[in-house]
Amino acid sequence: MFQYVIKRLISTVPVLLGISLLLFVMLRMLPGDPAQVLAGQMATPEEVEVIRHQLGLDRPIHVQYALFLARLAHLDLGRSARTQNPVIQEIWARLPNTVLLAVLAISLACLFGIPAGIVAAVRPNSWIDYLVTSSALVGISMPVFWLGLMLVVVFSVLLQWLPAGGTGSWKHVVLPSLTLASFVVAFIARMTRSSMLEVLSQDYVTTARAKGLKELWVITKHALKNALIPIITVVGLQFGMLLGGAVLTETVFAWPGLGRLIVDSILARDYPMIQGTILVFGLLYILVNLVVDLIYAVVDPRIRYE
Amino acid sequence: MSEVNATTSLAGEEAVGFSPFRRGWMKLLRNRAAVFGGLLILAYLFTALTAPVLSPGDPSAPNLMASLERPSWKHPLGTDELGRSILGRILYGSRVSLLIAIGVVAVGLLVGVPLGLVSGYYGGKIDFFIQRITDMLLAFPGFLLALALVAILGVGLKNTVISIGISMVPIYIRLVRGCVLAVREQVYVEAARALGTKDVTILRRHILPNVLVPIIVQTSLGMGTAILFAAGLGFLGVGVQPPTPEWGAMLGSGRAYIFNAPHVATFPGLAIFLAVLGFNLLGDGLRDALDPRARG
Repeated sequence: MFQYVIKRLISTVPVLLGISLLLFVMLRMLPGDPAQVLAGQMATPEEVEVIRHQLGLDRPIHVQYALFLARLAHLDLGRSARTQNPVIQEIWARLPNTVLLAVLAISLACLFGIPAGIVAAVRPNSWIDYLVTSSALVGISMPVFWLGLMLVVVFSVLLQWLPAGGTGSWKHVVLPSLTLASFVVAFIARMTRSSMLEVLSQDYVTTARAKGLKELWVITKHALKNALIPIITVVGLQFGMLLGGAVLTETVFAWPGLGRLIVDSILARDYPMIQGTILVFGLLYILVNLVVDLIYAVVDPRIRYE
Repeated sequence: MSEVNATTSLAGEEAVGFSPFRRGWMKLLRNRAAVFGGLLILAYLFTALTAPVLSPGDPSAPNLMASLERPSWKHPLGTDELGRSILGRILYGSRVSLLIAIGVVAVGLLVGVPLGLVSGYYGGKIDFFIQRITDMLLAFPGFLLALALVAILGVGLKNTVISIGISMVPIYIRLVRGCVLAVREQVYVEAARALGTKDVTILRRHILPNVLVPIIVQTSLGMGTAILFAAGLGFLGVGVQPPTPEWGAMLGSGRAYIFNAPHVATFPGLAIFLAVLGFNLLGDGLRDALDPRARG
């Protein structure tokens, strides 16, 4: 197991290197000169030249990349062109906010999505099944940023129960995490339903029922345990979509996370920051996939990692 | 929604003797949800085609005297911060989002399908190479990939299409490759090869028809995703730029007036939702009707 984790971690290195290389090359092929942007419209050519030298932009491109990698090894992602702060420091400051939001959202989504999917599968074609499947479809088709704004209209503008944005108390977390959860709960409910439907038609479920076991026991012990693998897969995949949704949700609620950081950096053409945040997002996603793989082994003893 | 329910599967049995596509079509018509989705899409196409007739005049011309008006007879959905009719802008916005969705799916299909065919059919080094690039693209969840590409390419309509299009390419590559692997070793393909048929002909005549159904389903779902992603980029201010009436950007600017004029942000979101819902319903229905084996 331990060896497998190490192996998987090592295997992420080429992917990350590839991403960093692609990003690096493409960012440098852009029209527009980051040194000019940084220096401002009024700067003299000499001042622009000084900044270009400071950024190392006057060196050959492969040297720039090698330097970038060497610094990366020391967790140095350069300095933000906008705020002059180290990129890693800004990312570090905002990472906990995004992680908090994501973890809350995925927990909420599992808490509602899995039971809803089970109930729908146990009573297929009943009213409750239609309710679950149609609300899941609505959830999948709804723009997450619109839902967020509508929640603000109801709970902040009309009822005035909760703040419309920002951070501070637990009240600030409620609407953003609900919004983000709605985005994934639909996928989780759908997958739980179809996975459970498949398992419930298996012979061992019939056998368990024929033995006279209580229905609740059959559903949780015999069916759910076997239906879990696809559910876990979809939860893992949804975590990735959640990171994408976080960008939108954080914008709606002025939540100071990584998503907001990346959008602000794009709008300000802050290349070092764009590069850093994208790399961190890629790393997060890879880590989540690794965790999902390991959970498989815990849930299904037939899966072993040698 | 992916399971064939009792009524639709019965329709399939009754229809034995018809061609598979005819049978699928009949099943699709019996699926009320899919028909509703189809109607939503027809309404969407209709507004996109007839926007200049339904709402004459320039949708972007400001009229500051009438800013942030609530819905009325003159402006059924109210006006935005520059006094422009929200209904008019939503109608024109359907053209923008349709244009983007078609462009995105075209990029995905034109790049993804050939690469998937080649990757699955030839295998070996070329397959390895294409799959590693796919891995790299898939290392990012869809919307983030599109956002990252926008960061590189810059904002605007054309770059929105290219960015979202590229973010869909790996999905098509994986889908087509998987199907090709499944049919590559079939006897009829082997027979064609034994007869000395050219690879291009085998791919076109014997393999492509077999991957058509999943591609059609993915295209319907892909249109919905494209509309959603484009609206997301527009909302963040990195997609289609004002004053072009784009649904996401309208929502984004409406956000500032959420306290005193919530209608500005409400209606464009409803338009996005209905269009995406239409494509998702139709896509699910198509999958149930044409490809009952597929689940998920």
